[in-house]
Amino acid sequence: MEKFIRQEGLVAPLDRANVDTDQIIPKQFLKSIKRTGFGPNLFDEWRYLDEGFPGQDSSQRPKNEGFVLNQPRYQGASILLTRRNFGCGSSREHAPWALMDFGFKAIIAPSFADIFYNNCFKNGLLPIVLSEDNVEALFRAVEGKEGLRITIDLEQQQVIPESGEPLAFEIDEFRKHCLLNGLDEIGLTLNEADTIRAYEARRAEREPWIFQ
Amino acid sequence: MAGKTLYDKLWDAHLVTEREDGSALIYIDRQIIHEVTSPQAFEGLRLAGRKPWRTGASVATIDHNVPTTPFKSAAEIVDQTSRIQVQTLQDNTREFGITEFGIGDVRQGIVHVMAPEQGAVLPGMTVVCGDSHTSTNGALACLAHGIGTSEVEHVLATQTLVAKKMQNMRVAVEGDLGPGVTAKDVVLHIIGIIGTAGGTGYAIEFAGSAIRGLSLEGRMTICNMAIEAGARAGMVAVDQTTIDYVEGRPFAPKGEDWDKAVDYWRTLVSDADAEFDAQVNIDAADIRPQVSWGTSPEMVVPVDAMLPDPQAESDEVKRSGMQRAYEYMGLKPGIPVTDIQVDRVFIGSCTNSRIEDLRAAAEVAKGRRKADSVKQVLVVPGSGLVKQQAEKEGLDKVFIAAGFEWREPGCSMCLAMNPDRLEAGEHCASTSNRNFEGRQGNGGRTHLVSPAMAAAAAVAGHFVDIRELDQA
Ligand code: SF4
Repeated sequence: MEKFIRQEGLVAPLDRANVDTDQIIPKQFLKSIKRTGFGPNLFDEWRYLDEGFPGQDSSQRPKNEGFVLNQPRYQGASILLTRRNFGCGSSREHAPWALMDFGFKAIIAPSFADIFYNNCFKNGLLPIVLSEDNVEALFRAVEGKEGLRITIDLEQQQVIPESGEPLAFEIDEFRKHCLLNGLDEIGLTLNEADTIRAYEARRAEREPWIFQ
Repeated sequence: MAGKTLYDKLWDAHLVTEREDGSALIYIDRQIIHEVTSPQAFEGLRLAGRKPWRTGASVATIDHNVPTTPFKSAAEIVDQTSRIQVQTLQDNTREFGITEFGIGDVRQGIVHVMAPEQGAVLPGMTVVCGDSHTSTNGALACLAHGIGTSEVEHVLATQTLVAKKMQNMRVAVEGDLGPGVTAKDVVLHIIGIIGTAGGTGYAIEFAGSAIRGLSLEGRMTICNMAIEAGARAGMVAVDQTTIDYVEGRPFAPKGEDWDKAVDYWRTLVSDADAEFDAQVNIDAADIRPQVSWGTSPEMVVPVDAMLPDPQAESDEVKRSGMQRAYEYMGLKPGIPVTDIQVDRVFIGSCTNSRIEDLRAAAEVAKGRRKADSVKQVLVVPGSGLVKQQAEKEGLDKVFIAAGFEWREPGCSMCLAMNPDRLEAGEHCASTSNRNFEGRQGNGGRTHLVSPAMAAAAAVAGHFVDIRELDQA
């Protein structure tokens, strides 16, 4: 996994609440057996005017010019700013894969759906929770200034706008550690194989049917 | 010290180790695998040269992508990507030695219907699957929730999951349910009250006399939609209904182990003095048959109501969500629910495709016929065994006589990853769990209802109050 330490980038605002994972990456694209290549179909139903299907050359499709990611000023954005309960709905990990494949490194919202939030960390995508007020202020700043960039400092746990005060955010220590060092969770867990085996032995005493 | 909740007990029993930062490693007893969210996990194992920790802990089946018309091998699946996923699961389970109920196996079906039916899910277990409706299994007093594909790989490789303890919420439904009110109506009513994010961060225990009065299947319908209320896990405490359901199932313990198991399972209830972080009380008498009108499961109203006015909503974000939903759904505030015309009907999905759901739909369909204006009524059993049982009871004949289509098991029109789908603009009375934009097909308009309400809409051509069906 790639390390996430500090990220400076252009912000794209997606002014909708309850964006669900069906919207992030529609189900027809889940049929791939790979982890990459989902970027062109991120927010497919909003980005294009026609109905997308897997294996198509999306660069030739009619675009919905009004959609934020199609606007020239947001080309090359790596930070997504959005509203509450982002990533609700199905547990598909294709959602963070698509966001990352598109080029996003971090998402800022007042809240995230649990499974999506979890899935982000497994892939090195950083979901940042800021208060509704701070998110609202960022929306205004982004709308007010073309090409607005911000810096995310994971070490310091801060979102640093071009001007104004840095905004602090909370993050679980273990997750932060994994992101900063680009650690593979499975490898980490397997370091504790003996503890897992000892646990299994205790359980097998009490509930042998689990292990049959 | 306060007592423990059911969730506390399940958590404690599966704690392998706690880390300093408050995250923990919990042991996973059962993993259920399907074709859509597993290929990348198996690929990850292969790339890292890892083996599954305990192959017996996993069971696999195909559901999301399978056509619901008869087919005998993967080669017969027309859609290429579906075919590849179905084939890939078969190859992966063979390579890694995992049991799969595949094509042509009577046990094949929707993951959350198949697993409890086989007794592969037992009280007191931790159960995960790369599918958010894994919460369904919590009806058996398990800790069951959806996980992402990286976690599927993590569980395969280590039999554990890195997790953080959730908070406890108790949703108590007390009293008797009125006539025509089913488990589906109860859970839609709950979501209408607490909202789709109301349960975020919580494990919800559904309790109270109305929940205890439900069959195990009904409890599954409720726990299934815990995720639509924002909660990853829903659960119901063990009682005699739970034990009776499990007894004799293929994977259930036998003989001496059975007695030992039952003794333990009976402890899987929240202590009387347990403290919950949140409590929601609902009077069963307030619940009427429900119909969702919008593009989020919380946009739901009783069938005898009018569609709500966004102007009356004080929260700005919610109001604009409602306005967008009206636009998408092609509906207007203030019209009676029963004026909504239905183009297609879908009876199935992990929410409502078990035998009692089919019985409820058949009871309505019996001696009646689908309205001419309704293009299609799909009845899709949740598993091969449900299908077999329904046919034994002659339900298939009832459906066919009513002009409904009787299909093979799978997820079907719940998510339109297979040939069953809505056309743009069509309204569907659906017994599934999600009414998001495009969920049942691009531009499709989903209305979530119970099986009886879906069958009634099929007969009338529009929504009808199931309580007044005989007069209609
Ligand atoms: S029936 Fe629908 S909700 Fe259930 S597992 Fe299948 S696709 Fe998911």
